[in-house]
Amino acid sequence: MKIGIPKEIYPQEKRVAVTPNVVKDILKLGFDIYIESGAGLQANFNDQAYEAAGAKVVSADAIWKDSEILLKVRAPEDKEINYLHSGQTLISFIWAGQNKALLDALAMKDVTVIAMDSVPRISRAQKMDALSSMANIAGYRAIIEAAQHFGRFFTGQITAAGKIPPAKVLVIGAGVAGLSAIGSAKSMGAIVRAFDTRPEVKEQVESMDAEFLMLDFSEDGSGEGGYAKTMSEEFIKAEMELFADQAKEVDIIITTALIPGKPAPKLITRAMIDSMKRGSVIVDLAAEQGGNSELTQPNKVVNHQGVTIIGYTDLPSRLSAQSSQLYGTNLRHLITDMCPSKDGNIQVDMEDEVVRGATVIKEGKITWPPPPPKLRAVPKTEPVKTSEIKVKAPEQKGFLGTAIAIAVASIGLLLLGSVAPQEFMQHLTVFVLACFVGYMVIWNVKPALHTPLMSVTNAISSIIVIGAIIQISADQPLITWIAGATVLLTSINIAGGFAVTRRMLNMFQK
Amino acid sequence: MEALISSGVANIAYLGAIVLFVLALGGLSHPDTASKGNVYGIIGMAIALIACILSEVTSNYLILFAALFVGGGIGILLAKRVKMTDMPELVAILHSLVGLSACFVGFASFFDPSIWTDYLGIDKTIHDVETYIGILIGAITFSGSLIAFGKLSGKITGKPLMLPARHFINLALVIAVFYLGYQFATAASHELAIGPLYIMTVIALLLGMHMVMAIGGADMPVVVSMLNSYSGWAASATGFMLGNDLLIVTGALVGSSGAILSFIMCKAMNRKFFSVIAGGFGTSGGSISSSDEEVGEVISIDSVETAELLKGAKEVVIVPGYGMAVAQAQHTVYEITKILKSNGVNVRFAIHPVAGRMPGHMNVLLAEARVPYDIVLEMDEINEDFPKIDVSIIIGANDIVNPSAQTDPDSPIAGMPVLEVWNGTTTIVLKRSMASGYAGVQNPLFFKENTRMLFGDAKATLDAVLKNL
Repeated sequence: MKIGIPKEIYPQEKRVAVTPNVVKDILKLGFDIYIESGAGLQANFNDQAYEAAGAKVVSADAIWKDSEILLKVRAPEDKEINYLHSGQTLISFIWAGQNKALLDALAMKDVTVIAMDSVPRISRAQKMDALSSMANIAGYRAIIEAAQHFGRFFTGQITAAGKIPPAKVLVIGAGVAGLSAIGSAKSMGAIVRAFDTRPEVKEQVESMDAEFLMLDFSEDGSGEGGYAKTMSEEFIKAEMELFADQAKEVDIIITTALIPGKPAPKLITRAMIDSMKRGSVIVDLAAEQGGNSELTQPNKVVNHQGVTIIGYTDLPSRLSAQSSQLYGTNLRHLITDMCPSKDGNIQVDMEDEVVRGATVIKEGKITWPPPPPKLRAVPKTEPVKTSEIKVKAPEQKGFLGTAIAIAVASIGLLLLGSVAPQEFMQHLTVFVLACFVGYMVIWNVKPALHTPLMSVTNAISSIIVIGAIIQISADQPLITWIAGATVLLTSINIAGGFAVTRRMLNMFQK
Repeated sequence: MEALISSGVANIAYLGAIVLFVLALGGLSHPDTASKGNVYGIIGMAIALIACILSEVTSNYLILFAALFVGGGIGILLAKRVKMTDMPELVAILHSLVGLSACFVGFASFFDPSIWTDYLGIDKTIHDVETYIGILIGAITFSGSLIAFGKLSGKITGKPLMLPARHFINLALVIAVFYLGYQFATAASHELAIGPLYIMTVIALLLGMHMVMAIGGADMPVVVSMLNSYSGWAASATGFMLGNDLLIVTGALVGSSGAILSFIMCKAMNRKFFSVIAGGFGTSGGSISSSDEEVGEVISIDSVETAELLKGAKEVVIVPGYGMAVAQAQHTVYEITKILKSNGVNVRFAIHPVAGRMPGHMNVLLAEARVPYDIVLEMDEINEDFPKIDVSIIIGANDIVNPSAQTDPDSPIAGMPVLEVWNGTTTIVLKRSMASGYAGVQNPLFFKENTRMLFGDAKATLDAVLKNL
């Protein structure tokens, strides 16, 4: 099948759907690739690079007319929708939840549309999760933008000219973007704090050496599919108090709080911004959905009484080479998944959980929203309970068994003691004591030396040779010969055991 | 000809030998003192041999010395020739010799007519029982070790042999042994006693064979240490028979040493000793892991990328398993370690107690490759460090790094302590194919997002990694 990659026409969009490296990988699946001239220029990939990778560089008209599969980054503009025709498959970001009109317009065109933003969040689909890829870049870039507008170092230093305190960064929302921002700020030397309504991310935040801010309030904000949900009023009140306190103290705030399908929650009020130090920076990653801060203006940098509020909505595009590469790789994984036979044809298999989730229009029919992801929590808890019961039963039996064994052994020994001669009892005493000595000594042996221990005990256990030596001078030739054979066997063991132990121990060195 | 020294002097010499043997085992508590311990053992053995020869032997010197020197020569030759990867086989075959010797000594003692005049009444019964037990344990050790040797060297399939009614077979054999023992001890004459003894020996041989046949490859550490223990008990039983404290004590030392090793191995697999001995794995209805939701795709990696990852890492842990021994990859592993160390990477080794086919198997292989022992750590020492590890490399190991031991209570290996490699940043698994491990359990580690699979023969792939470093 022919895959076409048009140039992105949205103003300021610098990304391209595939990079030359990705082209090479997709070609291996048996597809033909056509790319619009100049499509990758803004991301620093020129036409020659694509041609070298095996793609054919053609005009926009040819792309839209001849391609069976179209790969894009942004959702199509009206002009682009007009170019589409029946039977084509479009793969790009769509944002079906927010763009009902776009969905209808696309459905009219009798095409199949696969939305990269609708790839379900399950383990298997992580390699196709373009949202995470873009969020990661946005988080990184947010810190870079903040650093650009922040007048000081991130890291603390003691210099000859005086002490420089480290910058304090607050990250609200520890999703992929938040964690990426935490990591970037941390690696630049800032003190990083993070807040999230989902308590399970605490561990992730702490694993990145940042401080997780806790509320004295127990409410779990985990919603479906790993996203956050709206919290109760009391919770939000406690949360806002926390932010108000933090705003007075921190230098940089990165907000990434988003709830799927809803406008971004307003977390940073005008009063909080007023209380911030002059020179502080807020980067609002939720600007496109209205912003987490009251003063955010999408796509603009505003200065409010010395506090810079950055509302860029195109952070991934500002790192176009990186984001094109990751997005292209996500696309490549999706196409690989849809092309199991590697024959250059894709199949829109609605039984496949990932493909089903991502497909928003199938041959002109709107299939969005997909059924909710299969629940897993319920069957998981079941086996734990049964196993507890299972474990307990043998334990009791084991205890009873031990008790019986001890009782039988004691009675047996007492009976033995009542009839056995003195000499036997002396040997028994020696035997039992020796067992204890062995027990005490062996526990000190390092596991690393277990093999030498076995070979040395092997040599020592050949002390049985004593028995053979005692017998060798017997009168009967039969006994002599048996004893002789025994001496032969045991001396193999003695010499072999000690020698191999020596060889092994010589190898152990610091 | 009269004995050269009295039995009293010999007994003192034996006491000296006992002390030296205890010191020998004590010396093995640390690699620094281990060599000295081995020397103590040699001196102890020499003293015991000399004292015994001087006090007991009055004739047949030629046979004695010929046997001693020929045997010693063979032993030293074996020790020099054996490859370190073949150590488990050597240990197993040496165990079988101890078992056979115990049998021989028992039979020789039985054929000595003086027992019918020297022992009377209860003394005779006790002596008979001692002889009987000595031969019994000796025969089980002998045949069991031979089978273990066959399994370890690949001459016999490593798969457990599951006879339909194997527990009943074992039970029947054990009952027969008891019954024959009663017949033997109460026999009125030498001729009447010999029948039961022969039959019992055959049964004991069968019992030893059947027991080890039913045990699978990865349970071999338990089997080898169990046979080690048996060889000790056989020596002890012989000591009782001959009334010799040196044999009793030494046998007890070895017996308890082997028992402790078996215990440690069982604990490391979270299994009951008896369930290992009873053979098979997961036969008690342990269904295959139910966590198939994780089963998905694996991400593979090539040797170039592996080398890049290693170069970029600060903390590297290498987890060797039986696969490293099979591929003889330990030298390449150390070459890689050396290069990384010279680049300032902190490389350490993590050893699971049951990695390999014998207790301490991996340590010996790494020592052979000249890996310094202070960077070779035990499971408990390193497990909590994994969150700080950048790259862990798993070489030919599977069950010992299986997270389902902790997460899936239905798994056959549930509760077994494992190396928590998945807590590290990246885990690279060297494996020939996607086949599951010995326990037949799928390993969710392979499907984790921070796991990369490096398929191929361990030696060949590691050589390629080394080239790219």
